[in-house]
Amino acid sequence: MPKITVNNKEVEFEEGMTVLQACELAGAEIPRFCYHERLSIAGNCRMCLVEMEKSAKPIASCAMPATDGMKIKTNTPFVDKARKGVMEFLLANHPLDCPVCDQGGECDLQDQSLFYGFDNSRYKENKRQVKEKYMGPLIKTQMTRCIHCTRCIRFATEVAGIPELGAIGRGEDTEITTYLEKSMESELSANVIDLCPVGALTSKPYAFEARPWDLKKTETIDVMDAIGSNIRVDTYGWEVKRVLPRVNEDINEEWISDKTRYACDGLLKQRIDSPYIREHGRLQKASWDEALKLLISKLKIYKPEEIAGMVGDLADLEMIYSLKSFFNKSLGSTNLECREDKIYINPKERMNYIFNSSIKGIEESDFILLVGTNPRLEATILNARIRKAYLKNKTKIYSICNPGDLTYPYESVGSSTNVIKEIASGQHEIFKKIKKSKKPIVIIGESALQGNSGAYVFETLKSFLLNNNFIRKDWNTLNILSQNASKVGAIDLGFYSISNKNNFIFFDKLINDDFKFLYLLGADNINFEKKDKFIVYQGSHGDKGAEIADIILPGAAYTEKNGLFINLEGKLQNAYKASYPPGDAREDWIILNDIANMIKKPLGFNNVNKLRELIKKEIQSEKNIDFDHTSQMDFVEKNISINHVDYYYTNVIARSSKVMNECKQLSKKLLFTGIEKAV
Amino acid sequence: MKKISKIQPELFEFSFENLKKAEIEINKYPKEKKASAVLALLYLVQEQNNNWIPLAGIKYVAKLLNVPYIKVYEVVTFYSMFNLSPVGKYFVQVCTTTPCMIRGAKKLTDICKKYISKNQNELSENKICSWIEVECLGACVNAPMMQINQDYFEDLDESKTVEIIEKLLKDEFPTPGSATGRKNNSPEKGKTTLIEVKNA
Repeated sequence: MPKITVNNKEVEFEEGMTVLQACELAGAEIPRFCYHERLSIAGNCRMCLVEMEKSAKPIASCAMPATDGMKIKTNTPFVDKARKGVMEFLLANHPLDCPVCDQGGECDLQDQSLFYGFDNSRYKENKRQVKEKYMGPLIKTQMTRCIHCTRCIRFATEVAGIPELGAIGRGEDTEITTYLEKSMESELSANVIDLCPVGALTSKPYAFEARPWDLKKTETIDVMDAIGSNIRVDTYGWEVKRVLPRVNEDINEEWISDKTRYACDGLLKQRIDSPYIREHGRLQKASWDEALKLLISKLKIYKPEEIAGMVGDLADLEMIYSLKSFFNKSLGSTNLECREDKIYINPKERMNYIFNSSIKGIEESDFILLVGTNPRLEATILNARIRKAYLKNKTKIYSICNPGDLTYPYESVGSSTNVIKEIASGQHEIFKKIKKSKKPIVIIGESALQGNSGAYVFETLKSFLLNNNFIRKDWNTLNILSQNASKVGAIDLGFYSISNKNNFIFFDKLINDDFKFLYLLGADNINFEKKDKFIVYQGSHGDKGAEIADIILPGAAYTEKNGLFINLEGKLQNAYKASYPPGDAREDWIILNDIANMIKKPLGFNNVNKLRELIKKEIQSEKNIDFDHTSQMDFVEKNISINHVDYYYTNVIARSSKVMNECKQLSKKLLFTGIEKAV
Repeated sequence: MKKISKIQPELFEFSFENLKKAEIEINKYPKEKKASAVLALLYLVQEQNNNWIPLAGIKYVAKLLNVPYIKVYEVVTFYSMFNLSPVGKYFVQVCTTTPCMIRGAKKLTDICKKYISKNQNELSENKICSWIEVECLGACVNAPMMQINQDYFEDLDESKTVEIIEKLLKDEFPTPGSATGRKNNSPEKGKTTLIEVKNA
């Protein structure tokens, strides 16, 4: 490997690295504004100047490729003077409004001016005036603070795939803006706030809310989609003030979707803070005692077959497991379901319901086939990975169904189950292409698995991939794109009702009114008629579930409890408590445990450690699932159509959020077609 | 920053001849790099649309070259040669960079203020002419000078400038070139060297 000398210290570096990266290897910190690891190199802030031997002038280390035998110095007076000069120019037009700037305390310019800034200004000239720019309901702009690093432009063009930002004008008059100040049409747009090294782009909903040093920071997991993005939740007292991304190379790199970031104001609204009982058609506040007594008296009336339970999309493993053991052990019922709709599952093997290629694996792939899915709305971060793969390897992407603009080009190959039949029998052009590729990826969306053709789609594709040796130890092509954070975990814990003949027993019974007592554990995305069912809703927000409930038990939202989540890749992750449940609300597994103890049929755990032990045992245990399917499914001809995803309204928290509502109003007409493309 | 006109035409399309010219420009570059033709195309838009580029024209060029609108918008705002709001039929650009300024460009701008309009980028009373100060137009040897539409008017003095502008306001186009009548930038008092060479 080539070697470079940084401050008299020799280090080896990889071919293709820049001087800046090599310096970091040597432990020399280089100040920078425009350079960012995940974006292309611009080299326009000049803050990363270093001294190179045999060069009269300092060099911009971020843009200079490192070569063997280079001698770099980063701590000489020469370098210091150069950087101080750059800083002085940057500050020449930068307003001194740190006390009223939201970036204060976490500002790159503030931090670096501590080392390279002068204590007074030599400029008598007026500072530049720039009008505020409108960039949508999420991004607040204060463009006088902008230092033109162009990180936001590069992010929008490269990562988000929405080339809507640009720098207009020239020289001192340069301004960053969207075309005619329309809002950014991207589900990743708010990441530019994190990227902005100064306070030019800040968060609109968080404006003047708090100072970073006043906030309690909790590193946890997101539940808005099945990706399980790593996030940091910042709280001030009870209130969740903001959500920021955390680096996890395997999952979200360092981006999060707008919903993850901004649905958090929904945690403050529409909360259920006390138990409620329906009396004469109206919900009345009640005490825990009254509510649980009524619940227990009702439980005694119904037979086990008449009792059913559903978990919602935001449930953690503790909730799912305790409801399952409550039903199995205490009530003797097995009518459980985690699915919101008739979506085919085959829980026989774990690979049948997870994203096997892994999110990181997308980058290695050379062929991607989307089957009835719109990853841009169903799993935004995953879509960004597909775009990354497309940019890196020119990966060919095909789609059965037409999901609209995905931020990268793809070819749509029909939308009928016929296409799958043809692929499996080798008549379709896709067949040859998939055969030729080394690491193909087939992503099956929930829309494709819906209804009576779901079984055919899944089993045919799986047996096709098995027969062609695409399901190997080193590479598994089969991928299911779940949409809910709770889904994979719930299937892992056996929270479903299926039989050999019928994958949707639960739904059939639900429609036939076989259930008289329904326990909804945070289940809000439901579509059935209440009729004479007795419904208990336990959850955090007053939404569809609470509306039809006869008893409401207040639970905790995802930031208010420690919980385990399994993301769509099957990765177990820990979420931590950042805040606490409001009012009388309690953690969900404790509520269920209490009910079980009250009816003298305990669940076998009394603390969270014991509970987690049981959960882990359950996940790892060999399951004897009585589910035998034949890979030769009967062909069902059907047009696969992608279910409309109301991106900003998918769960209770997002529905309660004012910010998400604003975004929804704005993007109403654009959601399905994507952006107006310049073609 | 340039002002964008509030009055915008709804539609812009190249005329048949300009479309042909545009095709020639686009074909000068490899297919995947056709965005390189953006400057040439913008000049055509400006030529066709009375010396200024409407937003519809930006969109039209972006679609023609298959690039996002903002990319063309960036180019249009970057170069001072492109106008984003209507200018006069006769668009006077007075060079005010150092050499011209030393040779009396200030007098030229004063005349423009007096005869055309009080401020830059404003139309004259009869809506036919507008003026602007610009940076170096590259004819320093013939300072002071100004550009009217596509032509240079050089070696100007007060009376000559007034003459030119009065002509413009009467909707007549004066003869371009040096006001003193010298050829290109030959010495003021005639040749001193290479006298024997005819075409020097």
